[in-house]
Amino acid sequence: MSKPIKRPLPLLTDSNRFFWTSGADGKLRFVRCSDCQNYIHPPVPVCDKCLSMEQEVVAVSGRATLAAVTVNHQMWIPTIEPPYVVGIVEIEEQESVRLTTNIVQCDEADLKIGMSLEVEFEQCEDVFLPVFRPAVAATQNPAGEH
Amino acid sequence: MEKFEYSAAVTGMGMSDIGRRLMRDPMALTVDASLAAMADAGLTRDDIDGVCTYPGMVPGAGGFSGAGAHDLMDTLRLKPNWHNSGLEQAGQLGSIVAAMMAVATGLCRHVLCFRTVWEATYVQLQRTGQIRYSGGSGRLSGGMEWRIPFGAASAANWIAMYCSRYMHDFGLTREQLGQIAINGRKNAALTPYAVYKDPMTMQDYLDARIVSTPLGLFDCDVPCDASVAFIISHKDTVKDCRRGRAVGFEAVGTANTERVSWDQGDLRYLTGIEGAANMLWSRTDLRTKDIDMVQLYDGFSFNALCWLEKLGFCGVGEAGAFLEGGQRIARDGELPLNTNGGQLSAGRLHGYGFLHEACVQLLGEAGERQVPNNPQTAIASSGGGVPGSALLLTAP
Repeated sequence: MSKPIKRPLPLLTDSNRFFWTSGADGKLRFVRCSDCQNYIHPPVPVCDKCLSMEQEVVAVSGRATLAAVTVNHQMWIPTIEPPYVVGIVEIEEQESVRLTTNIVQCDEADLKIGMSLEVEFEQCEDVFLPVFRPAVAATQNPAGEH
Repeated sequence: MEKFEYSAAVTGMGMSDIGRRLMRDPMALTVDASLAAMADAGLTRDDIDGVCTYPGMVPGAGGFSGAGAHDLMDTLRLKPNWHNSGLEQAGQLGSIVAAMMAVATGLCRHVLCFRTVWEATYVQLQRTGQIRYSGGSGRLSGGMEWRIPFGAASAANWIAMYCSRYMHDFGLTREQLGQIAINGRKNAALTPYAVYKDPMTMQDYLDARIVSTPLGLFDCDVPCDASVAFIISHKDTVKDCRRGRAVGFEAVGTANTERVSWDQGDLRYLTGIEGAANMLWSRTDLRTKDIDMVQLYDGFSFNALCWLEKLGFCGVGEAGAFLEGGQRIARDGELPLNTNGGQLSAGRLHGYGFLHEACVQLLGEAGERQVPNNPQTAIASSGGGVPGSALLLTAP
């Protein structure tokens, strides 16, 4: 990993702290409805499927699929140097749950919508940002490079 | 019961000076546009009994928020029966629909609607230290926390991702998408107020620097300083207004049927468009073949593509083929698109420019850039990515 970048960070609240600090143990977590097992993201206090307000925070596999992608070339935030890759990923457990994130450790030419990804975390202050790299099985690179 | 759209008409249109870094106070721009719209309708400020705007005064929004309803009411000493503003509307043109409802319900006879931006001047004032950036120190919330930490800080990034997915699924090419920008620039050459009028070739478009793949510089609209105003009047007053005739409304589309989100919905099309498009057609017997021109939101070229397709001017995934070569969307084509240059070339009038151009064309007052054969119908739209709206307008 390159040296930490100073980024604008989320305000941690009682409803999102679990998400942004989840990576402390290397796991990605989401809210899931306790009644119908529907994953809910961004976290809101009610299930969009069954309207239950019973929910729990559960760890997921961290595996995801790249659903949309852009290589950003313009500087928007002075501390984040372009180019960098922004993608929307769908988590393996429920494809309707998406994250806007960075795709890391992947050459631009190898970015493919539909590619398999796995999570890693970039720690910034008290926040663990989930970013995604090509899944080991899917990458062209020899395993164990990182 | 007659539908409410028939109760309202556009009796006046006004614009301030439009440009880059005009270095004018945004309230001055707003007053210019408002007085011009009143004069265009043959009204004075004493006739104005409603005020409606997007987004209103939004603290910390910089050049995006030029003047609030309360600011203008106090500045011009207006005495409205009803006023309204808000960021959370069905697109910028949602404020026009609110005004239409106000006249249809009898609350008002003449509603002054305005949209003021001063983004170019605001940035210049920041650069020269005359305005200190007030945000940026605290932490992110209100939805921004899901994107900005990853450097996805601009709508250019968010919309680029949708465009990437559309290209992947449907084979759209940059050359096809570029027709929207090139068509806009061609049209802008004849628009006196357009910010960018220099000719642009396909090679210029393709060679421009990439902002966020697949979007290049000319897929992104031009921030500028501008105010655009309308008088939305009850139909019974039209005969007493300056022209004695006015652009009418056939149908509105304001429905939102998707996630209000930049990443949780259908990733092939910008959200906030489909519901508005479907609702528009549900409120009229007119069909796409009856539409003489379209003025479709092009904050980014891809917005306009989504509107074209969701309004049904081409089939699912067929917008690229529809745009191919650019003839269909030219001023003398089968479906003239953004005949003033749109926001890509005329400037980010932020939604209101599309209604203005539709009205000017339907009144036959567009001069050199007049669409031929007396156009009788037009669709103006705003939004996409955020909840949008569409208006189907008719000539007097």
